[in-house]
Amino acid sequence: MQNPHILVIKQLVIEGQSGSQWTPIVKGIDLTLKKGEVLGLIGESGAGKSTLGLAAMGYTQQGCRISSGSIQFNGMELVGALKSDLRRLRGNRIAYVAQSAAASFNPAHRLIKQYAEAPIQHGLMGFAEAEQKAVDIYRQLLLPDPENIGYRYPHQVSGGQLQRAMVAMAMACQPDIIVFDEPTTALDVTTQIEVLAAIKQITREYNTAAIYITHDLAVVAQLADRIMVLRHGNLVEESDAREMLADPKEDYTRQLLSVRTLRDGKALSIFDRDVILEVENASASYNGSDMVLEEIDLSIKRGRTIALVGESGSGKSTLARVITGLLPPSQGRIIFDGQELPGKLADRDRETLRRMQMIYQMPDTALNPRQRISKIIGRPISFYADINGREKDVRIKELLDMVELPATYMDRYPSELSGGEKQRICIARALAAEPDLIICDEVTSALDQLVAEGVLQLLQRLQAELGVSYLFITHDLATVKAIADEIIVMLNGRIVDAGSARCGLRNHCPIGQGAASTLIIGVGLNGRGKNKLPHLACLLTRLRRCVNGPIQ
Amino acid sequence: MAFFKLLRSSPLSARIGLAIVLINIAAAILAPVISPYGETEIVGDVWVSPSPDHYLGTDHLGRDLFTRLVYGARNTIAIAFVTTVLSFMVGALCGFFAATLGGWTDLSLSRGVDIIMAFPTLIFALMVLSVVGTSITSLIIVIALLDSTRVFRLSRAVAMDIEIMEFVEAARLRGEGTWWLMRHEILPNAMPPLVAEFGLRFCFVFLFIAALSFLGLGIQPPTADWGSMVMENAGAITFGIFTPLVPAGAIAFLTVGVNLIVDWFLHLASGLED
Repeated sequence: MQNPHILVIKQLVIEGQSGSQWTPIVKGIDLTLKKGEVLGLIGESGAGKSTLGLAAMGYTQQGCRISSGSIQFNGMELVGALKSDLRRLRGNRIAYVAQSAAASFNPAHRLIKQYAEAPIQHGLMGFAEAEQKAVDIYRQLLLPDPENIGYRYPHQVSGGQLQRAMVAMAMACQPDIIVFDEPTTALDVTTQIEVLAAIKQITREYNTAAIYITHDLAVVAQLADRIMVLRHGNLVEESDAREMLADPKEDYTRQLLSVRTLRDGKALSIFDRDVILEVENASASYNGSDMVLEEIDLSIKRGRTIALVGESGSGKSTLARVITGLLPPSQGRIIFDGQELPGKLADRDRETLRRMQMIYQMPDTALNPRQRISKIIGRPISFYADINGREKDVRIKELLDMVELPATYMDRYPSELSGGEKQRICIARALAAEPDLIICDEVTSALDQLVAEGVLQLLQRLQAELGVSYLFITHDLATVKAIADEIIVMLNGRIVDAGSARCGLRNHCPIGQGAASTLIIGVGLNGRGKNKLPHLACLLTRLRRCVNGPIQ
Repeated sequence: MAFFKLLRSSPLSARIGLAIVLINIAAAILAPVISPYGETEIVGDVWVSPSPDHYLGTDHLGRDLFTRLVYGARNTIAIAFVTTVLSFMVGALCGFFAATLGGWTDLSLSRGVDIIMAFPTLIFALMVLSVVGTSITSLIIVIALLDSTRVFRLSRAVAMDIEIMEFVEAARLRGEGTWWLMRHEILPNAMPPLVAEFGLRFCFVFLFIAALSFLGLGIQPPTADWGSMVMENAGAITFGIFTPLVPAGAIAFLTVGVNLIVDWFLHLASGLED
């Protein structure tokens, strides 16, 4: 009788190096995986899920080592195995799909060439055969125009398509196990659904076992047969997916499961009529002819939050660029606190710039890696208020305190902080200018669930204390529900719907509702919904098509 | 302190490189102390073999070769260093300006550089030097200018990569001026590739000076410099005398040393595994 388990990990301890010390990242975890089984690994960042996922391939990242335990793949011990043996396995029997397809593809080669690399390297097939197989797999993954899409370069396909092309690449050798490391985190809601459906279908079809790493329970609920919850390198809970969602045993799991708290209907203040920013009939384009934004009207009231929702490419971030002056509008006006602003950034005075701040999606790229926190936060203080020396230090400490970080962080570099902490630094930098309006561009989408919730709560608290307004750009409806007073839905550069967060959207725009239903199905988490995914993807595609048509 | 920590973790090759460079610098600084004779003093016969009186023998005019070599280190390294620093100041400054300002500034600077680069470097240098004359100052300025075109290209490319980062946009939105963007946001992040390039350029400069000296347009006699020492003694090779190989070896020695350090810097900057 053959061992039903394709992968058996026993008492695995992985240590990471910090300075000259080795600290455990994964602390003695057991894991088994049957053929064709999908195992979900969830936990917040730093839980050790990626490290564990990579270890399934007998690999550790630089600065990590496997200090004890065993990893057996199909009866073969991977700990201490020869590098050449491991190389034969990787990409062939065990494949890996990384979080960011955009960063993982070589931009200089066509997709199909990169697809064919692994099977040719492992001597499984020639290029012509690989080409044919690629078309098959592209078709199964519901990629458009499967015969020709492989001959495009990575930049010529969309993010969701690229992620599916990467799944196809992982499937190229028909491996026994695929490790998915958050493959949908960087995608917007509707694209996520498509990619998930594709992954689900293809793993089913080839009876491939999968380890699916994510911090998003909604995702894991759709895919996994079994779920393991990790925290700080320890196993918190492990059980059948349905069982866990219906009846979580541990508090921590329950906490992960709990849907974000809704914003309680805030009493309208006396400021209600007090408009801080108005955009009137604004249009903009990057090249002078193709309009990316068309006739946008919106107004933001003081101390309130407007959520700007839409798929990627709908013009949300472009609108932010127009408001901040990075992209002057080709027509229309921007009125800030009763005063019309010049379109160009260079023509705006320092005081205006101070009152409008921005927080970015990726705290990694939004903070200069070679500046200490004290300089990052301190610069706006000395730049706008001309405060220096000890007084500035006091102010920096106040701001760090405001974003719930210890004053000792002053001397650190951004790389010494976690993702959530970095985003808090970005918030502190924005607050240092004492702004009236903060534009938040997808500020939580790069963070995992619990950390994101913490950041949202912080933003809410600051709004209550300081009366600052937010323009919240997001594609995540859960965020909208948690924080917004009003919602604006954008599609193809136009505002297609608007309404208050509590009373719903005025036009009942299908895209808004489509996204909303995605969310509900995603969060609803019942086992029965699992098989509906491909169906849902079709539904969304149809919805989008009908929206692209006659809505205006 | 951080430097010593870094040094302790450095690989053997980098330490060897560092030792080579330090030996050369020490020789250059201590030239009058360690050399037994004067720089231009004729002390014996032509092309005498090495002996306790003349460690490396004498050159084609009967000057002590060891003395010439030590003084040559002084001139060669100092000139190469000043030239490289100058070319980096000009090149990086223009490159950063082109990247941060974009538009017309970028266009005119880039095309100007293209024009200079269209000429073969050596020919361009020969042409200019034969017009303005071969003083050390003009030598430095001409080579620095020629070299700065390559530094310009590199620093512009690096700065453009950094310029699209959101922290630069954040600083722009704050209303910071171009100088701040260049000095505080871009420069610190562009340092690793520029430092590595500095080491390489440094080597190229003294090789270039050597080539110019060899052609007679470099450093003028009787000043000692490794390139002209090779040229002056080249004839000795036909008699089976090794004299010209000594300064040539010194050039190779320093080049290898500098490159070992540069390799280490590149390694550090790229963050690759061994």
